[in-house]
Amino acid sequence: MENSASLLEVRGISKSFGAVRALQEVDFTLRAGEIHALLGENGAGKSTLIKVVTGVFPRDAGIVRLGGDEVAPRSAKAALQAGIATVYQEVNLLPNLSVAQNLFLDRQPMRFGIVREGEMRRRAKALLADFGLDIDVSAPLGNYSVAIQHVTAIARAVDLSARVLILDEPTASLDRHEVEILFRIMRQLAKRGIGIVFVSHFLDQVYEISDRITVLRNGRLVGERETASLPRIELIRMMLGRELAETTSARAAAREHESRKVCASFENYGKSGYVAPFNLELRHREVVGLAGLLGSGRTETARLVFGAERADRGQARVEGTPVRLQSPRDGVRHGFGYCPEERKTDGIVAELTVRENIVLALQAKRGLHRPLPRREQDEIARRYVRMLDIRPPDPERPVGLLSGGNQQKVLLARWLATSPRLLVLDEPTRGIDVGAHAEIIRLIRELCDDGLALLVISSELDEIVTYSDRVVVLRDRAHVEELAGETIDVGNILAAIAADSVAVALEAHT
Amino acid sequence: MTALLPRRGLAQILALIVILAVDRVVSPQFFDLRLQDGRLFGSLIDVLNRGTPVALLSLGMVLVIATRGIDLSVGAVMAISGAIAASLADSHGLPVVLAASLGAGLVCGLWNGFLVAVLGMQPIVATLILMVAGRGIAQLITEGRIVTFASPGLVWLGNGSILGLPVPVAIALGMLILTGAVVRGSALGLLIEATGGNARASELAGVGTRAMILSVYVWCGVCAALAGVIAAADIMGADANNAGLWLELDAILAVVIGGTSLFGGRFSLVLAVLGALIIQTMNTGILLSGYPPEFNLLVKAVVVMAVLLLQSPKLSGFAGIMARLRRAKP
Repeated sequence: MENSASLLEVRGISKSFGAVRALQEVDFTLRAGEIHALLGENGAGKSTLIKVVTGVFPRDAGIVRLGGDEVAPRSAKAALQAGIATVYQEVNLLPNLSVAQNLFLDRQPMRFGIVREGEMRRRAKALLADFGLDIDVSAPLGNYSVAIQHVTAIARAVDLSARVLILDEPTASLDRHEVEILFRIMRQLAKRGIGIVFVSHFLDQVYEISDRITVLRNGRLVGERETASLPRIELIRMMLGRELAETTSARAAAREHESRKVCASFENYGKSGYVAPFNLELRHREVVGLAGLLGSGRTETARLVFGAERADRGQARVEGTPVRLQSPRDGVRHGFGYCPEERKTDGIVAELTVRENIVLALQAKRGLHRPLPRREQDEIARRYVRMLDIRPPDPERPVGLLSGGNQQKVLLARWLATSPRLLVLDEPTRGIDVGAHAEIIRLIRELCDDGLALLVISSELDEIVTYSDRVVVLRDRAHVEELAGETIDVGNILAAIAADSVAVALEAHT
Repeated sequence: MTALLPRRGLAQILALIVILAVDRVVSPQFFDLRLQDGRLFGSLIDVLNRGTPVALLSLGMVLVIATRGIDLSVGAVMAISGAIAASLADSHGLPVVLAASLGAGLVCGLWNGFLVAVLGMQPIVATLILMVAGRGIAQLITEGRIVTFASPGLVWLGNGSILGLPVPVAIALGMLILTGAVVRGSALGLLIEATGGNARASELAGVGTRAMILSVYVWCGVCAALAGVIAAADIMGADANNAGLWLELDAILAVVIGGTSLFGGRFSLVLAVLGALIIQTMNTGILLSGYPPEFNLLVKAVVVMAVLLLQSPKLSGFAGIMARLRRAKP
């Protein structure tokens, strides 16, 4: 592999969206005939890098060389013509057309201006036979499984003389058998000298298929390693980005455990195909952190706990009384609050004012016929704007005009106004500048001291270690370990995440 | 000061004034009012009276649009309720007639709301079903004829007067006040705006978004039924083929002129009714001017375009780019 020529060379790519620097001077090298995994957590810049390289987004700086020649495609089509093909998770083909038509779209064999259907079908069949696929190519593509649609997309790309094939999360919706088919084809293509970029968050698969790994974090290149010589724990450390520095000193002194009353408990709680059944106790005056990689089931756990998703097994109890959590309304009624990760789409109502966003959950809880008088709304809004230091301190400003950190505070205020017993916070510090970041963490601690139970998800392990009394570690959509007290540190969390996973948890329940 | 000149609605008020001024030019007697038999007469009263059906429709439509929906079936619902009212008018008392026709509107609204809120259909498709089927239902009720009636109670609804105002105008005013009181007096207004602004977020905040959506379609159906009864009372008969024909478009137009975005969220009942009046003032003015009524459609189209272009974010983006380019040039 060492002497293979570099096929795709990306040097010093930068890209900003407004004030957000999505990529900063990123380098990436793909050699001919290798399968190269591109890894990183949410927001690390993987998709942005792919889109910049394939010309979907214009780049701010940097160069891309393909086989030594500089290329600067201005659209995905131009990139394809240059020899860089991308197959996205959601296949970009037309499910209502036949497999053959999809393969030869835009370049159908013609005679006298008429498409030669027979010739096209024959060539489609031959093309797919190369990939070990023998299917009826005149049937609509939509009739076939996602795996076959992927293979069709790949076959089309390769037939268009692609030299670089980028596969963005190709295995996300495939079952084990289909993954094997795809991997066999990927190896076959690599043997023919095609360079393959493989984006995935299934680390098992990465170790199974890839020759080399490049890790991005927060828009920067962390490093490029050979897969065979990179231990799993090292990889996770690269992705999550913390050295094993002893951060425990920042932890509040462990407090009395037993004196805390259980606020809500979940027994054998789960939903098949979503999260494996788990036991979870949330106590007053206690922060429980959820740690794990992207897609490990953290958000899924949070949504089940709040009632945004219905569990199909297990029993939930609030203050010891069995309850049913069928909808967010149930969660709100039982005194739960949930600040989702996607603030813009699931959190704020951008057009409404800060005041209206703050009183929304309280008003929904009180019901239609008991409207909060305007004076009371103003009072509540003013109180939380002051308490959480929301800026600018204008309750009548549309919340969409506030910065991310302040929007997060408005969401916190929305739930605090309902006097909740339990708050679920999903990545409360994501996309927030450093100042507001520390403030949110301080708030989490304070709220907890005031008697609230908190369940907090974060990808920042330092952060979790700082405020959690207990940490639940998730892997492959199952709760795998619980750390408490002195055992909570970044190293132990990493070890629990990296422990050799037997990816049966999910499959056993699907 | 802010109470006198609200920033929101200024454009609509100005537009109304401009159109009124144009009307005054083409018809010098436009502002003349006279009292006869205890009732006011004049072009202005005429505008109000003729504008009533669309004003009523827009009261329901504005709430539907605020939830990011649309109701194409209101014209057909008018035809249904008018047909029911006309068929029952001479054999039953006014309360029964009203209960039956408004009840029909409520059922229509429930149907639309069920399709959109429970089955999750796209509003434009869901209400298209009743738009097509509803007129058929109305024709079945009237058996294809124009049903006439002479019931004095129902006729009074269309042609009588209260305190000098035509009864339909008084009803529309009453409905505006009632709707305003219900929507802004309860938390409904806030929760509808939240649902339209971001349904997912509202749902996660514990808002019963389905109930919100269902209720606005029901109210829209009731408003449309009331408009249908008044339209039938006005002509003392029900014409299933033509009652309320294309009025759904006028109602949508009124809401849009009133500044409520088709993307949902913020809405204004008063401005939607004002939008209905602007449309009617245009119509009346063109009639008075002696131009052929066909001209009406073109003028309306121009106004629609002007309003939509003003709302388009692309246009403001475009304007911003142009401004920057101009600034960039030395």
